[in-house]
Amino acid sequence: MYLSVDIRKKLGNFQMEVSFETENGVTGLLGASGCGKSLTLRCIAGVERPDDGRIVLDGVTLFDSAARVNLPPQKRQVGLMFQNYALFPNMTVEQNILAGLCREKDRRKKQEAVRAAIRQFSLEGLERRRPDKLSGGQQQRVALARILVAKPKLLMLDEPFSALDHYLKWEMELELMERLRDFSGAVLFVSHSRGEVYRLCSRACVMDNGKSQPVVPVKELFGAPGTRAAALLSGCKNVSAARRKSAYEVEAIDWGCSFRCGEEVPEQLAAVGVHAHGFRRSAPDAENALLCEVVRVVRDVFSVILMLRPISAGAQSPEDVHRRMIRVEWSYEETGAVAEGDVLWICTAPENILLLKE
Amino acid sequence: MDWFPLYNSLRIALISSVLVFFAGIFAAHLASRLHPVLKGLLDVVLTLPLVLPPTVVGYFLLVLLGPKRPLGGWLLETFQIRIVMTWYSGILAAAVVSFPLMYRTARGAFESFDETLAYSAQTLGLSNTYIFWRIRMPACRQGILAGVVLSFARALGEYGATSMVAGYTPGRTATISTTVYQLWRTDNDALAFRWVMVNVAISAAVLLAVNLLEHRVGVRKRTYHAGETDRTKCE
Repeated sequence: MYLSVDIRKKLGNFQMEVSFETENGVTGLLGASGCGKSLTLRCIAGVERPDDGRIVLDGVTLFDSAARVNLPPQKRQVGLMFQNYALFPNMTVEQNILAGLCREKDRRKKQEAVRAAIRQFSLEGLERRRPDKLSGGQQQRVALARILVAKPKLLMLDEPFSALDHYLKWEMELELMERLRDFSGAVLFVSHSRGEVYRLCSRACVMDNGKSQPVVPVKELFGAPGTRAAALLSGCKNVSAARRKSAYEVEAIDWGCSFRCGEEVPEQLAAVGVHAHGFRRSAPDAENALLCEVVRVVRDVFSVILMLRPISAGAQSPEDVHRRMIRVEWSYEETGAVAEGDVLWICTAPENILLLKE
Repeated sequence: MDWFPLYNSLRIALISSVLVFFAGIFAAHLASRLHPVLKGLLDVVLTLPLVLPPTVVGYFLLVLLGPKRPLGGWLLETFQIRIVMTWYSGILAAAVVSFPLMYRTARGAFESFDETLAYSAQTLGLSNTYIFWRIRMPACRQGILAGVVLSFARALGEYGATSMVAGYTPGRTATISTTVYQLWRTDNDALAFRWVMVNVAISAAVLLAVNLLEHRVGVRKRTYHAGETDRTKCE
């Protein structure tokens, strides 16, 4: 299964430009809310019409503005699970799943498929219930069963866990992992949670304000995010504008210091990033050392979060101070005795420095 | 007591309700997918009969359909159908006056419909006709039923436009409302009072039905909200 998407759509002031290619396996679309992830899925499903571009799935052109092709959603063989699951409120669990079998004409086969799905998705005993009498997890299972009995070539999941509470979220995630392993087609998984994308997807495409970035393996995205947006989305808390000084040295402009890097600095360098746990306390003469003032100490369950102001950043306006602050996260023992207003030295290893393009 | 006015009122109200049901749903469905500007225009035109005095509506109908007018004259000549001063003229008057009630309630129901239901049905391969009758309509059932009941009640109580278009001929075009007026005018107080009571009884029954419907909607909404808060509590 091969999916190629290259579409543009304008909605008021919002401009969506999405272009990516992917194949079997789970691909994550990662982005902040309102960046056009859901709209992308809707365009692929055919319930929204892009202004122009092309969508090809498994050799079939679903949409092509140049060739005036726009297959109706009924003919696209694409499954889309909405955030709210969109179960039909006037139908029972059984009827909802039957709705997914409307392409199958043989009545006996239909009944068999429904029974198999109910067994497979552990919905026994709930056949005659209506959706409003189901728990969030059960609703999700019905929604997934309904989509999968229709045998889509492409399965798209739009923030599947956003309607669930914290405990159930984890349980459903484990369950979904299992089901996705059994699914043979391609899967697009939309989420704003980097954790979900990291755990469930093999590849990911970062979306930032309507624009998509190339699809990269998840390991690469989190280990070496190439861009500022990807770094922030992958959970990197500290990003500073940066300039290349020499082949292995950068200047972190926001923090007013220079770092030696583990790899060669690219010419188009725009920023550097360091994870919250990428810093540690150090001696003043350590490599990549930085003198900071402790602005805030936040005690979390298992760790301490320190908000630090690099002294070398100089005097700044209040909002600037906030933007240039460094967030570090240490265990209680590593932190030791620290109070707000203290000054301490921190450093980071050259290989911890992420070199980012715009 | 001659029961013809009751029979005539009921048949006029019933037939006009059926017409208004389909016309209102069609117009509401159309309006809910139109461009906002066009929708606003259509809204004004379709809601006008609700706010105009019924006599003004009657005037327009007569101007349009009177036997000496172009459209009415053409109908009379070609089909030998006289569209005014007959019992079925009352249907026309009642339908035009009660149409906005059906249209507006149905539109409200359609607009609050969760469009993702239709979208997911489409991706599952269900036809648009199936989606409309088996998913959209059931989901909007309460609002549409309320619209039907309201427009039926309005049609039953129609006086102004009906008296102009259908007139008052005992045993032919008389409805409850025109009968009450005629009886009052001819000092037949006792009979007028009986017809008034009949009318009050029917209207009360209709309003009771509306309240029951609204109550059911209320109960549904409340359980839904309870579920929602439970969820947020867990987080």
